[in-house]
Amino acid sequence: MATDTVRGARKVGRYALLVVVAAVVLFPIYAVVLQALKSGPDAFDHPRSLLPVDLTFDTIRSAWTDGNLGHLLLNSLFVSGMVTIGVIITSLLAAYAFAFLEFPGRQALFAIFLATMLVPVEVTVVINQRTANWLGWDNSYQGLIVPSLATTFGVFLVRQVFLQLPKELREAAALDGVGHMRFLYEVAAPLSRPTLGALGLFTFLGTWNAYLWPSQIITDNDHQTIQLGLNKLKTPNDISKFNLLTGGLVVAALPIFIMLVVFQRQLVRGLTAGAVKG
Amino acid sequence: MAYGAHVAQVRLESVTKRFGEGDDQVTAVDAVSLDIHDHEFMILLGPSGCGKSTLLRMVAGLEDPTSGDVYIGEEWVNNTQPKLRDIAMVFQSYALYPHKTVRANIEFPLKVRGVGKAERAAEAQRAADVLGLTDYMRRKPGQLSGGQRQRVALARAIVRNPAVFLMDEPLSNLDAKLRGDTRAELVDLHRRFDSTFIYVTHDQVEAMTMGSRVAVLNAGRLEQVGTPQDVYDFPASAFVAQFIGTPPMNLLPPGVLGTDDVQVGIRPEHLLLTPGGRLQATVTQIEHLGHEVLLHAESAAGRLVARLAPSAALPAMGDSVQLDADAQHMHHFDATTGVRVS
Amino acid sequence: MKRKLRDLPPALLMLVPSLALLGVWTIYPLARAIDYGHKRCDSTFRNCTDAGWDRYSQVFQSKQFQDALMVSLKLAVMTVPIGLVLGIGLAVLADKHLKGIGIFRTIFSSTVATGVAVASLVWFVLLQPQIGVLADLLSDWFPKLKNPGLLNDPDTALPAVALSSIWASLGFTFIIMMAGLQSVPRDLYESAYVDGAGSFRRFTNVTLPMLTPSILFVTVVLTTRALQSYGEIALLTQGGPQSTKATTTIPYLIYGNNSVIHNDIGTKSAAAVLLFLLCLVFAALQFRGFGKRVHYGN
Repeated sequence: MATDTVRGARKVGRYALLVVVAAVVLFPIYAVVLQALKSGPDAFDHPRSLLPVDLTFDTIRSAWTDGNLGHLLLNSLFVSGMVTIGVIITSLLAAYAFAFLEFPGRQALFAIFLATMLVPVEVTVVINQRTANWLGWDNSYQGLIVPSLATTFGVFLVRQVFLQLPKELREAAALDGVGHMRFLYEVAAPLSRPTLGALGLFTFLGTWNAYLWPSQIITDNDHQTIQLGLNKLKTPNDISKFNLLTGGLVVAALPIFIMLVVFQRQLVRGLTAGAVKG
Repeated sequence: MAYGAHVAQVRLESVTKRFGEGDDQVTAVDAVSLDIHDHEFMILLGPSGCGKSTLLRMVAGLEDPTSGDVYIGEEWVNNTQPKLRDIAMVFQSYALYPHKTVRANIEFPLKVRGVGKAERAAEAQRAADVLGLTDYMRRKPGQLSGGQRQRVALARAIVRNPAVFLMDEPLSNLDAKLRGDTRAELVDLHRRFDSTFIYVTHDQVEAMTMGSRVAVLNAGRLEQVGTPQDVYDFPASAFVAQFIGTPPMNLLPPGVLGTDDVQVGIRPEHLLLTPGGRLQATVTQIEHLGHEVLLHAESAAGRLVARLAPSAALPAMGDSVQLDADAQHMHHFDATTGVRVS
Repeated sequence: MKRKLRDLPPALLMLVPSLALLGVWTIYPLARAIDYGHKRCDSTFRNCTDAGWDRYSQVFQSKQFQDALMVSLKLAVMTVPIGLVLGIGLAVLADKHLKGIGIFRTIFSSTVATGVAVASLVWFVLLQPQIGVLADLLSDWFPKLKNPGLLNDPDTALPAVALSSIWASLGFTFIIMMAGLQSVPRDLYESAYVDGAGSFRRFTNVTLPMLTPSILFVTVVLTTRALQSYGEIALLTQGGPQSTKATTTIPYLIYGNNSVIHNDIGTKSAAAVLLFLLCLVFAALQFRGFGKRVHYGN
């Protein structure tokens, strides 16, 4: 009896702690979302701004129009989608060569691939900016997409899965005369679907959230991504329009949060692939 | 189109396969020459690492011989791609495509060859009928038992209607009971298809019960080729003598029951309890197996095993007994090379 | 040998896309940056003179770089330990079989998907001195929230950036730690429990040692992130506040709009290469430092 009570009390205590901590973690998002759902002056009437009353979509609507957010969302969606598809294709191809084909210099080439994983974007942008400029890719979709189409991480991840597929599958297919591309398309890729999903999700989020590279090569309005566009809504000198930024934040973050909730498992798998396997 | 109806002997001429380079080089198959006749059920038998799978894979075209020639039919196929060799292979792990249904697995080889949809379906259905898979066509391999998967692998091979079936230990992942049943079915399949089977195994029971002929390999070398009965009755070497037969043949040290340069071998059933026999031994174990009794004894010439009828008058544990060989069934092997001398 | 050469043409075809892209957009710029790093160029980039390899040490010792390096290091010191402790804390809290725990895990991982822009601007909104929620709610305890505002005071601007970074990384840290915790074999806890270890001892003797691979990984990632901070600076402080360099990190020194080396490709390249080396050195040191203390299980 006594232990039951103690256990029950502990459980309640733990739930209380969880709720408090969750509230703290969520507070920034909650505050911003609620401000976005209030009309101008209401948004700054603290702490009443934190109560879910007098909600309206007006702020989000004006942010949408003022920031041309529809266009920016489409830009981000297009760029992230293309990069995701591209990365999956280039990763599949290169991983196949490394996992299933034998050729002189394979080890050395793979070592070079791995080494490039260490080079951060922050180092390469200096020169890439000039390359893009030379190609005439400033303010263009190619400029946003092409440099990100191949990642060592993707090649590494997919190769890892391919190496775990039984060798006999390839041999059985070879006996039937299945060529490399067909085996890749019909057997290897479908069998790697969970990993490809994680890679795709990861790539999509990374591209959607990218800031440094787009900020260096995009200066016009047409090709801005949603991340860059938010900066435009940031009007520190005009406080009356300040809450438009909250509306923009909600618009920019919402697609990503939906993805997070839907694909949580794949995301965790992608993130932990690097950590647990070392 | 009926199954079978190919002519396909397989000929290997001093085929050698080495792996690795320099000091790490290993000779997996060492100058093996072997004629496999049309419509034969040839067993490649040997312990693990003896090169039997490598030999099969060279016939399939999955490995290139380091030297030597491979012929299928009359054609020299060393440089022929696997898909053009008119062979099908069943792997030890079955190598089924886990994401495809049973039907899609069976149809896949035909699809790759560009066979039309209707014909594909008909052929797959026919193969499924032969192997009793009709009820499982929509399942995926993961939903099947080991025996069913094995049948799908077989079905996938037979839809191709190849001249030569290659099988690499196809029964080793099955439990003992199922293995027994499947052995009989494979023999039956061979009879119905009337094609050439090349079958790799380390299990001498499979070799004895299924093969038209058995090729025994040891350390990359071909020790003997012959019918199961031949190989059992007249083993060509001490290795074959000990590898085939359960329990294995008693192999006496040189000098015992023979001259110093000869080792005498006696099968357990030919080692007889003989008062006044030349081998003096102490009984260490008596195994009653129902239809027979195995008597284990320790002698100056090492451990001996004799196979006795259950009705025989049996000694007790620890008894001293005298044993001798049935003179008609003694095997003599060269003491240094192990080769049969008579 | 024959077989190896047979595979070569398809292998090359399949590798060409990745090789070409990585070559042009990763390997070439790295090599080119290393090359430019020892040159002095005018603003057209056309006329460059070789300044020798000690140009790197000149750049390293220059005041701007040293200042930026200090800012980057301070940011790492502020974000990494706190981020780690919070991440472990959240993971331990959520690693219990309770009804509805999945909701809490989702909440704790929620910031993982927020990009640097969204996370930074969320805090920009919260920290706004006149109308931000935090200024209104907490200025009695922290008057600086209202006047001049955390981001506008050179002393508090960097901690405020750190706050945003920690929050933004929390989801990632939590997910890695959670995965680390769940890979700890349950029987280890049970045997410690049977041995009479209290919950604190179980944490220090079982949980922490088993978490070391995850801790190492997160430490390396968080440190690298801190050293490479650009977006949060660009969006929150532009390297300032005002004309101070209180939040000018190395990346912001290189890429910021108002950077003093904005048009100096030689110095920019040298600084970028030095940043790369710094990240490598830190990662290597952390791997060494943890060294044998990392338990990779069986």
